[in-house]
Amino acid sequence: MTMARDVTLRKSAVPETGGAAAGAGGTAGAAGRTAAVGLEDVAVRFRTKNRDVTALREVSLDVAAGEFVAIVGPSGCGKSTLLKLVAGLLKASTGAVRLHGEQVDGPRPDIGYVFQRAALLEWRTARRNILLQAEIRRMPAEKARARAGELIAMTGLAGFEDAYPHELSGGMQQRVALCRALLHEPPVLLMDEPFGALDALTREQMNMELNRIWRETGTTVLLVTHSISEAVYLADRVVVMSPRPGTVSEIIEVGLPPERDYTETLGRPEFREAAGHIRGLLGAASAQD
Amino acid sequence: MSSQSVMPTPAKEVAGVAERGRPGAGARLVQAVESGWRPVALLAACFAVWWGIAAAELVEPYLVPSPGETLDVLTGKAGYLWQHTWVTTYETLLGFAIAVVVGVLAAVVMVYSSTVEKTLYPILLFAQVVPKIAVAPLFVVWLGFGITPKILIAVLIAFFPVVISMVTGLKAVDPEMLQLSATMGAKPWQTFAKIRFPASLPHLFSGLKVAVTLAVTGAVVGEFVGANEGLGYVILQANGNLDTPMLFAGLLVMSLIGVVLFVLVEIAEKLLLPWHASRRDPQVTTAY
Repeated sequence: MTMARDVTLRKSAVPETGGAAAGAGGTAGAAGRTAAVGLEDVAVRFRTKNRDVTALREVSLDVAAGEFVAIVGPSGCGKSTLLKLVAGLLKASTGAVRLHGEQVDGPRPDIGYVFQRAALLEWRTARRNILLQAEIRRMPAEKARARAGELIAMTGLAGFEDAYPHELSGGMQQRVALCRALLHEPPVLLMDEPFGALDALTREQMNMELNRIWRETGTTVLLVTHSISEAVYLADRVVVMSPRPGTVSEIIEVGLPPERDYTETLGRPEFREAAGHIRGLLGAASAQD
Repeated sequence: MSSQSVMPTPAKEVAGVAERGRPGAGARLVQAVESGWRPVALLAACFAVWWGIAAAELVEPYLVPSPGETLDVLTGKAGYLWQHTWVTTYETLLGFAIAVVVGVLAAVVMVYSSTVEKTLYPILLFAQVVPKIAVAPLFVVWLGFGITPKILIAVLIAFFPVVISMVTGLKAVDPEMLQLSATMGAKPWQTFAKIRFPASLPHLFSGLKVAVTLAVTGAVVGEFVGANEGLGYVILQANGNLDTPMLFAGLLVMSLIGVVLFVLVEIAEKLLLPWHASRRDPQVTTAY
């Protein structure tokens, strides 16, 4: 799936031929290479006052470098928990979580994270919110400013750099959050329902832009979403999860080219087939409740 | 922390984005009159009632002086009043400043260490519920007639709202912001300086507004108990001599100190936190 992608626009060095260059020999994971993100038989249990809750169970997933994986599922199926595991914000009860073949233990700075709410600092302008990433990482100021400028242009924030968050619409705020997450050119971008709070029109627009940004940066993306069409439109593969306890019920290969025109893609048979299949899976999952 | 992160550039830079109309001087005057006439009218009504009571001699003149008499004292003995006003203001400001520094530090330590919080909180609460007026004489016994006991009482009385508001502010930080800074690999002090502290300032300022008015009360209570200067002393003296015009003048000046300090804190808030939601002019919020 990832092999077929047009990679001429990539900036970072992503292994092109199925990622074979990344693995040292054939010893690595299931796909025969070191995955950008690897989850192996992961379970997460929370201890609440009077009972233990299993949030995730038997989750295994390998994401290749440069791949776009969307995770869909009903509320409470542990989608966000899964992202937090990868970021190292949560610890798995059992199983292994790996980033670039390295065991994750503790918050990982080599990722970008986008939350459902933009989570911007109210007292900073859009540009200075983006640069927070650089200040905390102590990136060279010149380089950070240049990169921020690039991202501002790329995400269509030009003209709004000096606006405060409360002066920006929800879509604009989310663009700022996206720029902030991309500033340090993270190899892995984790997005937790980033467009959930946006209106349908803005959401479609953001989807198109995310598709373009992904193609232009070559970042590995894990996107949690409630929207089936968003998942299918954006992703190489869609992970469908079922709730209580959350687990992977099926992984669907979308089979669309990386460059996707929005209206055209939505009308394609591959899109309809994948979306229909996922809808069926999710319907079956909720019917079991 | 860098002063930049608490003091963002004023909103005028954004003028190109948010088409905010800058009202002219005339329009602003109209707006000020529009929003300000009600309290002024109420205050004028109070003065009118006061004047009416005094003029009609409904109450014995030695009990309630007329506004005119009070004004005569304010102007005629301005030097005397000014000297004592300065003493009280000095005690208040010093007490307030100490309360802010100690209060903010205590709050930070309490938020970062639950052990310290559990240890300090009962003591704080105890210090708050002990009537300061009742311990004031003790401070005079311990510390003499100088300004030290007055400052101490002002600190004690102003300290509590500062700690409580700062603790609330530091704890009210969006947990996602903290997770975000973790993914940026932030050191604890970076998270504090760039996220937690600036985010807590709106809460702190609401505490400061309460604290600054209480600090005036603290200083005056200290002066009541034992002093040879300050407005509290002036009022006690006037009371002893049944000099009600002077007593009223002292009260007016004292209230004025509180109002002026309160307004100064509000101005500082507006300058430091132009982004703060409750300060937001509804016309400014852009919709598009």
